[in-house]
Amino acid sequence: MTEDIGTLDTFPKLLLHHARARGARPAIREKDLGIWQTWTWREFADEVCALACGLAEEGLARGQHVALASDNRPRLYAALCAVQCLGGIPVPLYQDAVAAEMAFPIQNAEIQLAFAEDQEQVDKLLEILPQCPTLRRIFYDDPRGLRYYGQRELCSYEKLLAAGRAAQARDPARLPRTIEQGSGSDVAAMFFTSGTTGVAKGVVHTHASLIAPARTASTLDGLGERDIILAYLPPAWIGQNIFSCAQAFVTGYCICCPEAPETVMTDMREVGPTYYFAPPRVLESLLTQVSIRMDDASWLKRRLYQHFMSVADRVGGALLDGQPVGMLGRLRYALGDILVYGPLRNALGMSRVRVGYTAGEAIGPDLFRFYRSIGINLKQLYGSTETAVFVCVQPNGQVKADTVGPAVPGVELKFSAERELLIRSPGLFREYYKNPQATREAKDAEGWFHTGDAGFFGAEGHVKIIDRVKDVGKLSDGSLFAPKYLENKLKFFPYIREAVCFGHGRGEVCAFINIDPEAIGNWAEKRGMPYTGYTDLAAREEVYELLRGCIERVNADLAAEPEIASSQIHRFLILHKELDADDGELTRTRKVRRGFIGEKYASLVEALYDRSESVHVEAQVKYEDGRTGSISADLRIRQAQTFPAAAAKKAA
Amino acid sequence: MTREVGEVVLSVEGVSLSFGGVKALADVSFDVRSHEVRAIIGPNGAGKSSLLNVLNGVYHPQRGKIRFKGKEFSDMKPHEAAVMGIARTFQGIALFKGMTVLDNIMTGRNLRMRSGILAQALRIGPAEREEIEQREQVERIIDFLEIQAWRKTPVGRLPYGLQKRVDLGRALAAEPQMLLLDEPMAGMNLEEKQDMCRFILDANDQLGTTLVLIEHDMSVVMDISDRVVVLDYGRKIADGVPDEVRATPAVVDAYLGARH
Repeated sequence: MTEDIGTLDTFPKLLLHHARARGARPAIREKDLGIWQTWTWREFADEVCALACGLAEEGLARGQHVALASDNRPRLYAALCAVQCLGGIPVPLYQDAVAAEMAFPIQNAEIQLAFAEDQEQVDKLLEILPQCPTLRRIFYDDPRGLRYYGQRELCSYEKLLAAGRAAQARDPARLPRTIEQGSGSDVAAMFFTSGTTGVAKGVVHTHASLIAPARTASTLDGLGERDIILAYLPPAWIGQNIFSCAQAFVTGYCICCPEAPETVMTDMREVGPTYYFAPPRVLESLLTQVSIRMDDASWLKRRLYQHFMSVADRVGGALLDGQPVGMLGRLRYALGDILVYGPLRNALGMSRVRVGYTAGEAIGPDLFRFYRSIGINLKQLYGSTETAVFVCVQPNGQVKADTVGPAVPGVELKFSAERELLIRSPGLFREYYKNPQATREAKDAEGWFHTGDAGFFGAEGHVKIIDRVKDVGKLSDGSLFAPKYLENKLKFFPYIREAVCFGHGRGEVCAFINIDPEAIGNWAEKRGMPYTGYTDLAAREEVYELLRGCIERVNADLAAEPEIASSQIHRFLILHKELDADDGELTRTRKVRRGFIGEKYASLVEALYDRSESVHVEAQVKYEDGRTGSISADLRIRQAQTFPAAAAKKAA
Repeated sequence: MTREVGEVVLSVEGVSLSFGGVKALADVSFDVRSHEVRAIIGPNGAGKSSLLNVLNGVYHPQRGKIRFKGKEFSDMKPHEAAVMGIARTFQGIALFKGMTVLDNIMTGRNLRMRSGILAQALRIGPAEREEIEQREQVERIIDFLEIQAWRKTPVGRLPYGLQKRVDLGRALAAEPQMLLLDEPMAGMNLEEKQDMCRFILDANDQLGTTLVLIEHDMSVVMDISDRVVVLDYGRKIADGVPDEVRATPAVVDAYLGARH
């Protein structure tokens, strides 16, 4: 019974281990008809095995790829692991991608079999069927709306499972043999990068390259079978796979799938995850919601909140890091914990979070401090699809807002002359699928992966990342221009959803702003300003005034930092539409594609620099169902006050 | 689509309804087959809502017969209609604004509850079991209409489109054989209309509900209905499949004004 889990080198072997070692512990949970349903490790393994036998009947062979178009559902994870059992390679697709975006991975990997969550995903796959001649079978989970679909390719999940159980009964020894034949050097999964840089590339990971970092990180944070995580980010993103698959399989903790994308907040409160991951934008929108609700609260509650948040701001972080804090500070914090922080953590569903991570992009220091000050152990990590997430992790007690922590054990780091971060680690991907040239460009002969991120080592070996190497530019006077840094500063205001800064090779910095319709809408309602929607709000003079105030505060901040004082924002405009991944302006992980936006709205950028007062714009928009329409508007351009570096210092 | 439309379940013969000197309906006859989507359209004041109210037992016609599932009535009473399996939604929203989505839909289960008020209030033995059964049905409807995120939200705080969806949910909760929808898409934007169409078609398809709907928006009706009745000034001026009706000169006149 005392099996050494450390010698198990593939996910299916780990799954069978958990079914034996902790068969009655929860493996995965999902809310169905309002009640949380649990699958134990034994039940989960049983389902996976039956499904794998079904897939074998369908002719899935070792090394073949299978597409998965689904949100986080137990059956998605069952399918993913079933494919791995046979030595197949699951390729999770972004579930909100439009049909055309799904075609490339399927053609590229000559995919024959696909899993689809529901009618929406089935429709998309059927739409691209003519361009994907290899695709011969689509297994669907939720039959709703599919009753009259006559396509030969369709087959229900239940049918596949039943066929699998029948096959399993005929030859029970076959699947265990197949699983035994798997080894750590087999390919475990392929993830298509969201394509910040042009065409999507399939990143190939082996079982070993996913299991090794998952193990190291789990040990680092002391994760165990009693931990719980809520799987709410797209399964096609490697992080979701690491947190809700690789690490769960390594430690045996429980994954919970939210009921629907809109219910994540409620589900968080009900499930009480102990291990949590959120990209900065999620943390940001949570804080925006908190701020909005506090603005609406009664006078007394508002005062209490303001008072205790300032207490937390002074001592909360230090307490979490185990640094010395005076008796009075401790007492006041304890009182605040009862009155404000505890209830707030509960409202956020974070009462039980022991370890929380954020990554993906730089986090605003104030935002980061907010969560830590109310007692949530939020830390930063650094990684990418190619490195299986864990490259740098902040250990407990060494958490700083402006670094991503030191290298995880087993990972080697160095910086090139251009300040580019290079990585060598056991979690490194094998290759880009069918793209040896890109592989050679990213991974040099000595095995160093070129991240494309610029940064340097700070104190105690902590890595600081400033921006992408290719994005770090220079103003025409030669001073440093790090657009991401500025945009992050802007985005910390609840009123600003996205910002895009321009300035490379120019005399001064200008910005596009996307307002946050929720926060600004609330602000407008309070002032009794009627409005119809985003476009209307974005054109209001009052909103421009509000944002000018925000930008001038950023400018005052920037003036205090000598290296980037010349990056103060001189002019700005509010975009007439929200930046959207469907229009190619954001990546699927919602990162701004600055270059693309700069080209698409070239006339707007020019208007910012030729000092005009307003500019006319007409733009194509793509709706979720694939149709296109156009929006036209007159945008105003406003000047913001800038500060001389020295004067700001005096004022501060 | 290969959906099975069955026998005639409801027929209306020569129904006339007047309020004092105003003739709301004049000698209207039509039928509804089980499992079909039947639309009633017409310009403002054509008598659409009156006809729906006659089916539902709110108005009592002066002349004519209504036959439902083989039984003949000269008029209906609302509670009779409900017991026989006819549910409806309203043009304006008639939900309990202060109650949650869950509770509002639960009220639709009222007819299906057997235990008394006292037993329910005290949650005694069978009443509690019944509550759990009812809740499961309500959860199915919540799942069906994709409103999980608003289960515990008071209806008054929801946007209009969602309130309409809850209204539909409450009507479906009664597990009706026939559902009367009074302008289910009034005041909605395009996206909300598309959503609503999908739920209406799904209810018809998956729950097997026969649907009679009144609608203003011609394009919507023509897309989702099997057969359409057109009323104008209380008279039936056309009846048939959408393409037929669209081509009828009287309908063109009624909607676009008579040619001179």
